[in-house]
Amino acid sequence: MHPAPSVIFFTTFSGLGFGLLTWLGLGAPDVTGWTAFAFLAIAYVMAVGGLLASTFHLGRPERAIKAFSQWRSSWLSREAWCAVGALVVMAIYGAGLVFLDTRFQLLGLIGAIFSVLTVFTTSMIYTQLKTIPRWNMPLTPANFLSISLAGGALLAGQVQIAMILLLVAGGVQALVWIRGDKAFAASGTTLATATGLGDRGAVRAFEPPHTGTNYLLKEFVHEIGRKHAQKLRIISLGLMVVVPVVLLLLPFSHFLAVLALASHIAGVLTARWLFFAEAEHVVGLYYGKR
Amino acid sequence: MTQLPQSTDRKLGLVIDLDTCVGCHACVISCKGWNTENYGAPLSDQNAYGADNSGTFLNRVHSYEVQPDDGAAQLIHFPKSCLHCEDAPCVTVCPTGASYKRVEDGIVLVNESDCIGCGLCAWACPYGARELDQAEGVMKKCTLCVDRIYNENLPEEDRQPACVRTCPSNARHFGDLGDPDSDVSKLVAERGGMDLMPEQGTKPVNKYLPPRAKDTLATQTDEEFDILAPFLAPVAEEPKGFLSWLDKTLEKL
Repeated sequence: MHPAPSVIFFTTFSGLGFGLLTWLGLGAPDVTGWTAFAFLAIAYVMAVGGLLASTFHLGRPERAIKAFSQWRSSWLSREAWCAVGALVVMAIYGAGLVFLDTRFQLLGLIGAIFSVLTVFTTSMIYTQLKTIPRWNMPLTPANFLSISLAGGALLAGQVQIAMILLLVAGGVQALVWIRGDKAFAASGTTLATATGLGDRGAVRAFEPPHTGTNYLLKEFVHEIGRKHAQKLRIISLGLMVVVPVVLLLLPFSHFLAVLALASHIAGVLTARWLFFAEAEHVVGLYYGKR
Repeated sequence: MTQLPQSTDRKLGLVIDLDTCVGCHACVISCKGWNTENYGAPLSDQNAYGADNSGTFLNRVHSYEVQPDDGAAQLIHFPKSCLHCEDAPCVTVCPTGASYKRVEDGIVLVNESDCIGCGLCAWACPYGARELDQAEGVMKKCTLCVDRIYNENLPEEDRQPACVRTCPSNARHFGDLGDPDSDVSKLVAERGGMDLMPEQGTKPVNKYLPPRAKDTLATQTDEEFDILAPFLAPVAEEPKGFLSWLDKTLEKL
């Protein structure tokens, strides 16, 4: 799949933003007044910024409002509802914290649930696609949720929880790669089944339909980027999990915490780039490519 | 609604004969022509006269080489367009309801004025049947020429998809695959029509007819070889005259 920057930024930053909103909704940290305002501002900038980035890959962004209509069948539509639900509930909850110095516990809990659901529905947009075997497994939502909650805890300053969740997220990420590498072969889709000609001999793509490229090849076939995949996986895990955990183990300082956060974000961005760049769509088979 | 209908009254679709397709791409051109001039946004081209040209097509013809364990390799031309699946994954993923499958005839269509161009339906399609038009920003796909097949302003023989109408080798057939007595259904039964990527669970309506087995070439020692064979035997096995002299002279060098 083409690793579009808009989608990489969207999944990374909205994941972090909604992760932070989850922890704020649960009252960790238990802050009110201007401190709460600062936390909420960071969460909203990330969550809303991420959502806005996602509209950049639309062909017709001016009609985006229509995406709320098909929640019965479409995960993308459900994501839109959960995101708006989370942002609205947390805004009311946040107003209580900032202006009234009061924590509406139930409202916070509802906001946290919607925040988690937003990340879950985002992940289901990818998980549901049988055409991309690497994504089509239950580990994909686990991957998105664990990274979102770990990053959110890191942003929320929950050092103990963050360390545990970072290690969990790292473990899930490693599993995602191990299982994902075998997914395409396990899906059973090959050029033989794609053409239905497999029982007569070895099928080879002889000539593509056009000498030029097309939308399908640009969107779904991305072979160059996978060259350094193994190295990038190690770099990503190092930045996303190892460096932040080590920095958190050192005596606490705000400078180290910011460094841990920067490293974590760089690691997640790398992992998300790999998530798209390594994903192979079955349509590539028709072109003799992966 | 992007929920799929429980069942459709008819299952209109195509039957594509891989045995007779000659790979001329006439269906590609007639499809592009009709669908650019008629229903919906035109199928745009980008940088059409430059080095890096591309464009939107609803029908593309691939060519595959099949190498059997023994015997000669075979070249098979392979037209591919929307298969109008019964369990169309492109429809259910649509967030806006722009994609839908018609209850009356099973055609999968896009309502272009509702499409936000998110591309998710193209991601969900295993066949590469949907392409996002780069000029219009909306998803384009085969409509089964819905503006031809019911069009009473056209002569009756033209009321079929442009690709079917134009095919010079009769490799494309159009009809109701839900009716077991239709010509297309009989053809599928007779020739062993197949689904593409059945493991994807999309239940495609369009069927592909596999190429027939190739004849094996008789050799001169076969009894069935042409009775005129003795008269067609080469007259001269060895070169004569000037060529013979040249052959011998060159050998000596």
